[in-house]
Amino acid sequence: MVATADHSRGRLKVFIGMAAGAGKTYRMLLEGDAELQAGRDVVIGLLETHGRAETARVAEGLPIVPRRRVRYRETVLEEMDLPAILRRAPELCLIDELAHTNAPGTEHTKRHEDVEAVLAAGIDVLSTLNVQHLESLNDHITELSGIRVRETIPDAILARADEVVLIDLTPEALLERLRAGKIYPSERIDAALNNFFKIENLSALREVALRQVAEEVGAKRLTTELVGSREESLAADAPHAVGERLLALVEPEPSAQRLVRRAWRSAQRLGAGLDLLWVRVPGRQLSEDEHRSLVALRQLASVLGARMIEEESDDLTAAVVEVALRRGITYILVGSSRPARGLARLRAPLPQRLMARLPGVDVRIVADRSQRANGASLESQ
Amino acid sequence: MSVAVIVAVGCAGALLGIAAGYWLPPHGRLPARDRPQGDHRRILLPFTGEEISRRSFEAAVRLAKAENAIIMPAFLARVPMNLPLETALPVQCARGMPLLEAIEQRAASQGVPVDSRVARGRTARDALRKLLEQEQFDRIIVSADEDPRAGLSYEDLRWMLDRVPAEILILRPAPQDTRRISVEIVKGHF
Repeated sequence: MVATADHSRGRLKVFIGMAAGAGKTYRMLLEGDAELQAGRDVVIGLLETHGRAETARVAEGLPIVPRRRVRYRETVLEEMDLPAILRRAPELCLIDELAHTNAPGTEHTKRHEDVEAVLAAGIDVLSTLNVQHLESLNDHITELSGIRVRETIPDAILARADEVVLIDLTPEALLERLRAGKIYPSERIDAALNNFFKIENLSALREVALRQVAEEVGAKRLTTELVGSREESLAADAPHAVGERLLALVEPEPSAQRLVRRAWRSAQRLGAGLDLLWVRVPGRQLSEDEHRSLVALRQLASVLGARMIEEESDDLTAAVVEVALRRGITYILVGSSRPARGLARLRAPLPQRLMARLPGVDVRIVADRSQRANGASLESQ
Repeated sequence: MSVAVIVAVGCAGALLGIAAGYWLPPHGRLPARDRPQGDHRRILLPFTGEEISRRSFEAAVRLAKAENAIIMPAFLARVPMNLPLETALPVQCARGMPLLEAIEQRAASQGVPVDSRVARGRTARDALRKLLEQEQFDRIIVSADEDPRAGLSYEDLRWMLDRVPAEILILRPAPQDTRRISVEIVKGHF
């Protein structure tokens, strides 16, 4: 259990899995039913059974807040009835599919925003999520599976959850469930097997899900250890630290490619987003080589899934600080500076200026390892 | 004009110069040795996998040294047909980026400048074609590998010889020459 600063707020528990059919909803319903049997006031706020008989059976006996009908362009859609849940005010509400996008005309665009409203009303929530819906993993999973998931949620939502439970099963077992018609109706099985439900996709997704939850557990443990100690103020910030975002300062020159590669690897290890920033001096004309380097940098950013930001400013430090604050940067990477000349030697180096103006943000100077004196052999057979 | 005035003007000019050195953004001007040189020859070294033939790499280094050229290793990433061409490719990059790092470190340790590239396309050839549309290279060095999974096929090499306006050096390593440049040689945590 993780202590929360706001005791009036409800607690969020998320069941996460590698794909549809892993058993997240089933497990959520079992826990809801156990809570009901224990005497708590439990309701289903939203349930998607997808026609699965096992899931529907376990939901029997749990009270349901009926969906409401929302008219959108001559179509009537059914959505979760947030006002009715808030009026009903149960102790615990089960809300399936956290990443769902609501129909226009409802209170919020996304279901996770509805869940926030329910939590804010002091109601505990159980919810479900597939790992491919996490924003930071979207590119990675798109490349692995060949399918881009449109409905995503910010990673911070999961980071703020009080508990994250991984519903794990082997890819072979999931395929077995699919073939047995326990996930999709028979007419959709072949299409699923030929597209998303391939053993290599599922294995990769399972690995991603396991790693994601392991990282969440690590972050939560950090928070728990700090709560109640003298460092309570740090604990309040700890969940935010889970959402790392890196900023690499680049210039259109060949060495920037190395800096970006290094920054990207760091971002991968941290599970963080990566921004690249080039601060252009107003009116500065680029040489032909610089222009080529800039095009190459933009291309590299795009392939890596990083965001290239270009700002015009005379004041490099101010521009970096502004972007870092705007983008919620937690980590800045800079290349080694050129030697200062004249009175510029008296001025603090850029990393120190950034650290002074961005307290709490790490600043790292990326070394050029190719220049490091090293007796180690480079030979490779 | 008195000597004092001349001295005063001289001192003021010197102070102004020093002040300008302080206030002008350091990235506004580059030291002469760091300024980009437009007259370097450019040697493209395309690859698709996690390693390249040492023979290709050494040929590129020898030529770069002889011609005062820049080596431009280029990772060619393939975008699956069912994804948009602008798709980020982190999984392939996890293989390609360390090799770019390895090539860059090794070339730099031999005193050869490197300027890396990444290109993507539906196939390795498509990625290479897109790169060649954007930039010109004086020479391209490729390894003719027996293994079709290694990247560029014989068909691709034939296409290059037909279409690419650059000198093309195709090297076929001897069967017993298994030396490779791979991520194993990367120094540090990369």
